[in-house]
Parts: sequence; structure tokens; C-alpha cells
Amino acid sequence: MYKGGKIFASLIIFAALFTIPFFYNMGKVNAGPDVALNTAAIQQLPASEQQCVESPEFMRANHMQLLNQWREEAVRNGQTVYVNSQGKEFEISLQDTCLKCHATESASKPAVLNNPVSTTAGVSNPALNESPEFCASCHDYSAVKPLCWSCHFEPKEATK
Amino acid sequence: MSINRRQFLRRAGMITALGLGSSFIISGFRKKEVAEAAGFAKAPKDLPAKRWAMVVDMSKFKTDADINGVIEACHKLHNVPKFPNTKDEIKWIWKDDYHHTFAGGHNEYLDDHVLHSPFMVLCNHCENPPCVKACPTQATFQRPDGIVAMDFHRCIGCRFCMGACPFGARSFNFRDPRPFIEGEISPDYPTRTPGVVEKCNFCYERLADGLMPACVEKSNGGLIFGDLDDPNSEVRKIVSTKFTIRRKPELGTQPSVYYLVGGGEDA
Repeated sequence: MYKGGKIFASLIIFAALFTIPFFYNMGKVNAGPDVALNTAAIQQLPASEQQCVESPEFMRANHMQLLNQWREEAVRNGQTVYVNSQGKEFEISLQDTCLKCHATESASKPAVLNNPVSTTAGVSNPALNESPEFCASCHDYSAVKPLCWSCHFEPKEATK
Repeated sequence: MSINRRQFLRRAGMITALGLGSSFIISGFRKKEVAEAAGFAKAPKDLPAKRWAMVVDMSKFKTDADINGVIEACHKLHNVPKFPNTKDEIKWIWKDDYHHTFAGGHNEYLDDHVLHSPFMVLCNHCENPPCVKACPTQATFQRPDGIVAMDFHRCIGCRFCMGACPFGARSFNFRDPRPFIEGEISPDYPTRTPGVVEKCNFCYERLADGLMPACVEKSNGGLIFGDLDDPNSEVRKIVSTKFTIRRKPELGTQPSVYYLVGGGEDA
């Protein structure tokens, strides 16, 4: 092969450079998020309401599809009640249903809406808060940024 | 190293079959039913209607102050920002004079009261909405109850709808609206982001809770809201027995907002 040596040498160098991050991080444990399902907010609820709209396994795998489905039905079809697999009914509302349990520790602080992405003081934005209950813990870990909170905000208690 | 044409074609065919087959397997695995035997329903208090409509009784809106209260109630509930620059203005309900509201129908000997009254204007929720036809993403759509609603999630900010609307009822968020929301933030309705168009939605979120729109509630009877399809509704009775006018009816969009200009007894 014409100039084969040089080509193969460069390929090896390229592959080495390209895979540096993998080798660099090899063997280091990156602990996944520790999601607490047994928070104070959830414990305060009566036993019948401690279960999420679907099972934890289902929510973990499908909450994004479920949220999309909720959005389509509520906004476009005017169907604002969700009947889950056990036949139990829930109001379709990010603010009033999801955040009733999944609010963060700082939810009692007033919401700062001006620019929730950049402000730090008093932010009770569940997508950004680092408490283990909600969005941020997993979403930061997997580097997926939910856009919900650029329009939606905190539970009613938090803004009062 | 060299292969002949027949070998090349055979290998290419095998690789193609492999690729298509594996993509089918992967997508087959992924295609799970999302909700487990779940269903959706209307809210128990949801107000049913075939065609929501509004009558603006001009005898109740004589001064700017009458309208301002109504505008404030709407804009407060929906977190409508107030930008200092009028070019950025966002409006769900606003006021205009007779000439602009009913352009083309000018009669110079018209009653002074009509000519000089401020008119409350809002989205007309047309029966044939041009904005819906213009929207490339179906972010603006017509609900079965006649409300021309917006799905902000889908809006890509192309502003075709603003060009299509003959009533100027749509506003575009050129800037982040959140810092410009005056006073307390209303937790009952989300804010918007830059790059999204917005307009009046006939308070469909309140109708789902069995409530009348915020402007109607605030208007002291100046705004009458109801189902035009129902022969016993108040709006239908007014529209069919009294003289009402609509904005730009000649365009054929069939607005659902009627203006009762004669007012009161002398209609």
C-alpha cells in the first residue's frame, strides 16, 4: 500500500487521541443519582396517595412519554383528567399534580421567575434544585435539560 | 483484494438486509405502549359547548376605565408581560377606536357615543380562522367548542399566524417575558418563552373548571359569554334579536365576538 506505514501510524495516533476520555475515566466509579422516593413531602400524604400516577418502574422508564401524552390530551383534546392503569383519576397538571409530591426542599421559598436558569438565591425550581427528590438529580447526571420550567412554575403554595 | 461485480452485489445485498433487519428489531423492541391501559377524560366541571361566543355590550363600556379593569384581570391571570417599548407589546385584550375596530364601515353621521367610545378588542375566535390555516406546525388549532387555541409547546415562532390574522389579535414574544410581568405572578397559568406567539384563549383553562372567562367575570355584565349553538343561551338570544356588529365580517372568517352597539332598550 502506498505510504501505508504513515497512514497506519496516523490512524493509531488518531484512535489513541479519540479514546483518551474513555481510558482516562476507566475504573473510576461515577455514582448515579440517589433518588429518594420516601421524602418528607410524600410521607405526609395519606397511604392511599403515596403511589405516583403509575408504578415507579413505569415512571422511571416512561415519564417523558407520559408527560408528552398528558400535554397532548390536556392542551389539544381538552381531556384534563388522567385515568391510570388502576382506574384512579388524576388531574393533568404539572404544577398541581406532579409537584404536589415532587417539590423540593426549598419549595417554601418564594419563586424567583426572572431568569430561573441563572438565579441562585431562593430558586425552588425542581429542575435545578439539587435535592435528591426530583428532576435535577437524574437530569444533571444524564445531561438532559428539561425545558418545562422556562414556562411552568412551582406549586401554588410556593408562589404565595 | 479485488472482487468482481457479482461478489460486490451479493455482499452489498447482504449488508443491506442485515441493516434493515436489525433496525426493525431495535424499533420493534422500542415500540412499547406508553400508558398501561390508561385513559383520559374531561374534567368533571368542564362546561360543554359547540361554539363559544361573546357579546360586548357597548352600553356598559363607556370609558377607558371600564375596559382597563377587564384588561387587567385578563393580563394578570395569564401573566401577560408589559414591555416598555410598544413594538414589543403583548396584548390579549386591548382597546381601540371605532375607525380601527370597524374599518371600512365608516358612517360620518353615526351616533357620537359610538364614534368616540373605546372598543374592547380581543381574538375573535373565528369560525374559519385564517391563523389556523397559516400555522405550519398546528400549534394554533380550533377546538371542537370553537375556541381557537394555541399549543405554546409547538409554536416555532414563524409568525405566519400574525400575518394571517386580520384583527391583529396575536403578539410575539420578542424578549423574555418573565422579567416584565408586573406585580404578583399568577400561578394559575404558565408564562411564555421568547420566540412564541400568544393571544386570548377564551380562558379555556377556566371553562374546564366550570368558570366563566376572567374578563366576563370582571365586566359587571358588560360581556356576555355563552354557547352560540344553544338556542336558549343569552348570547344567542342577543345575537338573534338585537342589532350587533362584528369586525370585518366581509372577510368571511365568521368572528365569534359580537358588539352590541345599540345597547340596552333601544336596540
